[in-house]
Amino acid sequence: MSKTETKTKTKKKEEPKLVPIHVMGKKYDVPDSLTIQKALEYAGYQLIRGCGCRGGICGACGTVYRFPNSYRIEVGLACQTVVQPDMYIAQIPFFPGNKAVYDIETLPPTGGTIAALYPEIFKCVGCGTCTRSCPMDIDVLGYISKAIQGDVAAVAEQSFDCVMCGLCASRCPAEEVQYNVGILARRLYGRHLAPKAKHVERAVAHLDDETLAKALQELKTKSVDELKKIYKALESEPDMADEYWVPKSKLCVFED
Amino acid sequence: MPYTPELNRLIQKVEKTRPERVERKRRGEEFTPMTLQEREAILKYHPDFKEEGRTEILVGPSRGYRIAKEMVTLLHAKSRLDPDKVPLDKVDFETDVLVVGGGGAGASAALLARENGAKVLIVTKLRLGDANTMMAEGGIQAATKGEKDSPYYHYLDVMGGGHFKNDPELVETLVVEAPKVMGWLEKQGAMFSKFEDGRMKTLHGGGTSRKRMHYAGDITGAEIMRTLRDEVKNHPGDIQILEFSPAVELILNDKGACAGAVLYNLETEEYLVVKAKAVILATGGSGRLHIQDFMTTNHYGATGDGLILGYRAGVPLKFLHTIQYHPTGAVFPEQAEGLLITEKFRGAGANVLNIDGEQFVYEREPRDVEAAAFIRECTERGKGVPTPTGKFGVWLDSPMIDILKGEGTVRREFPGKWILFHRYGIDITKEPMLVFPTLHYQNGGLAINRRTETVVPGLFVAGEASGGVHGENRLMGNSLLDVVVFGRIAGCAAAEYAKSKFKDGALGLDHVRAYNKALDEARVPVDGRVAPMILPDYSNPEVRKKQLTSQYLGTIR
Repeated sequence: MSKTETKTKTKKKEEPKLVPIHVMGKKYDVPDSLTIQKALEYAGYQLIRGCGCRGGICGACGTVYRFPNSYRIEVGLACQTVVQPDMYIAQIPFFPGNKAVYDIETLPPTGGTIAALYPEIFKCVGCGTCTRSCPMDIDVLGYISKAIQGDVAAVAEQSFDCVMCGLCASRCPAEEVQYNVGILARRLYGRHLAPKAKHVERAVAHLDDETLAKALQELKTKSVDELKKIYKALESEPDMADEYWVPKSKLCVFED
Repeated sequence: MPYTPELNRLIQKVEKTRPERVERKRRGEEFTPMTLQEREAILKYHPDFKEEGRTEILVGPSRGYRIAKEMVTLLHAKSRLDPDKVPLDKVDFETDVLVVGGGGAGASAALLARENGAKVLIVTKLRLGDANTMMAEGGIQAATKGEKDSPYYHYLDVMGGGHFKNDPELVETLVVEAPKVMGWLEKQGAMFSKFEDGRMKTLHGGGTSRKRMHYAGDITGAEIMRTLRDEVKNHPGDIQILEFSPAVELILNDKGACAGAVLYNLETEEYLVVKAKAVILATGGSGRLHIQDFMTTNHYGATGDGLILGYRAGVPLKFLHTIQYHPTGAVFPEQAEGLLITEKFRGAGANVLNIDGEQFVYEREPRDVEAAAFIRECTERGKGVPTPTGKFGVWLDSPMIDILKGEGTVRREFPGKWILFHRYGIDITKEPMLVFPTLHYQNGGLAINRRTETVVPGLFVAGEASGGVHGENRLMGNSLLDVVVFGRIAGCAAAEYAKSKFKDGALGLDHVRAYNKALDEARVPVDGRVAPMILPDYSNPEVRKKQLTSQYLGTIR
């Protein structure tokens, strides 16, 4: 069995119940508690493509499957979907989706930008297959509708959980690449529309303060014992303090 | 799978003590944090302190150094290549800067190398962005709130977390560059969680004296990674990307400089020669070595390849004797085992509890201390919660967060974890999570200076593959910071080196021959092993036994 199941302090482990699955049409019997990913490994596959973080966030392991007596194609991430008896499985480890090339700095943060870079969004027929295909439960059709309406902020917000696995695009009859529309909108929003973090700018401006350079220089040359003393005496911001808490010691902090 | 009836009964004990614990939290009364002496004492339960887990390196620049056996096994292996058979005169790719690794450090390095005028080739074992960066959840530290924080305090926290052993120059670079990195990421369009006026939200992490952990929901690393990946792909004329092509050996030229690498195309199984004026190793960590059989939060490709390549080329290792075990890896349900449960849950107020629903440790100790406390609770004290697969865990009381900070907080701040557990029939806004330490981060790595230079001219290292920044223990939120800070520096430094210092020469693999010879001379029992590992082997041994016609070297044919 796979090492990902871990081996710390294993006591007893019951014999697993085996269920049949069909990997690209071939039948294998695998333990019923495994995810599709681990089931493939159990069946003897050394995964190269179609396996990434193994934790549902990188989008490497988009998978389609179907059950006997059903015409319906279902989808999921192989690392997150537990096997079920008789499923027919195939992975889509790569999807050749169109990605526009752009300079985020000079792009106007408008719906027109999305429309110009991905004009195919207007071919959307509103079938909702994308939404049904999303392993992250994102309302993909919803954010594509917002893209068509030109609402960049809404696209950014509604697509935020996207792992860019490509399952939506693989199933789209209008041949859209929804996940690339999403990242474009999020970057436009993050760069141009979201209010700027002025405190970051101020902190950067203060990096050249002489007091800071001097204080750091002193810390760098201190002995471990001296450092420990300073460390122990550090005032800690309380957990429940509000956003505008300030410390008693004004060393190296500034007001403006 | 939802909690079993047995676990549900134990959850009742958690629920029973919860109202009082919430009240105490509201009053600002915390479980007493450990003193520095107590911290040191409890560390004997930490896996790093298990002497039988280590062994001595017998060859190379750090011989005599004792580190994890699993790492030494790879250092005590020969090259995948026969140096005599590699046609170094036939160059397949030529570039100014070769970036090995497509995570946060590699992407940052590529962007900055390009900005500084270099043509870049990124080679990566899996896809661009398939990296631990993608999986980092909690946040990124930076002293950006000047009225209460400064790189000065960040410096002290980093040093305290690292047991005061960190390289002071690297730490200073990390903390001073941090605010700039936040500005740069914001400019790239990364969507950090903000208040309405644009002020970024920040939280505490273990071992921080100020709330300086910036975040993007609970997918901070993914947000940074997908943004940087998108940007890398916006420069097809200057940055070429080669996926599923890991570097398996560095190439040095006859001037002693690093001048390229040999790649292995995982699909066609051919070896390819890259000639470069400078090389950046940004290969990340090694959780998939499953040190001491621990489960891991790491990415599939985290097999420490860069350590092997750099070490054979002559770069010493630093701080590799310490490995970070993240205190909170999921142990239930079985399908989620090893998965990271971000420290942000504890930062947001969730207590940690034993089988009796009692607190036994302050929830924001530095990671090594916190992990050691969990292990002691589950072993010596016998107060762990048993799982159906025969393991033990402790409770992480996530429902407290909604009670403390308002209903909906967990779903808003931890959407990724909420949906993951929801899929398995567990509602983390109402039920606690069961956790145990999981192999998380390689604290040490290849030795660098503050410009990410190594002892080999033309070879730079950035991110988890390097050692020194975090000393013996990294604090939460400093790894995302590390990859971007030192990735950017490496990109600049390598581009500058390629422009002004690079001296062309004949390509060679003599260092590989010498390393192989040293293994023979030291009578290291290599047993036919080769390294780097490239991918872990999780296939069924019963199936492997029947693969009669295949000859396996390591995990790949």
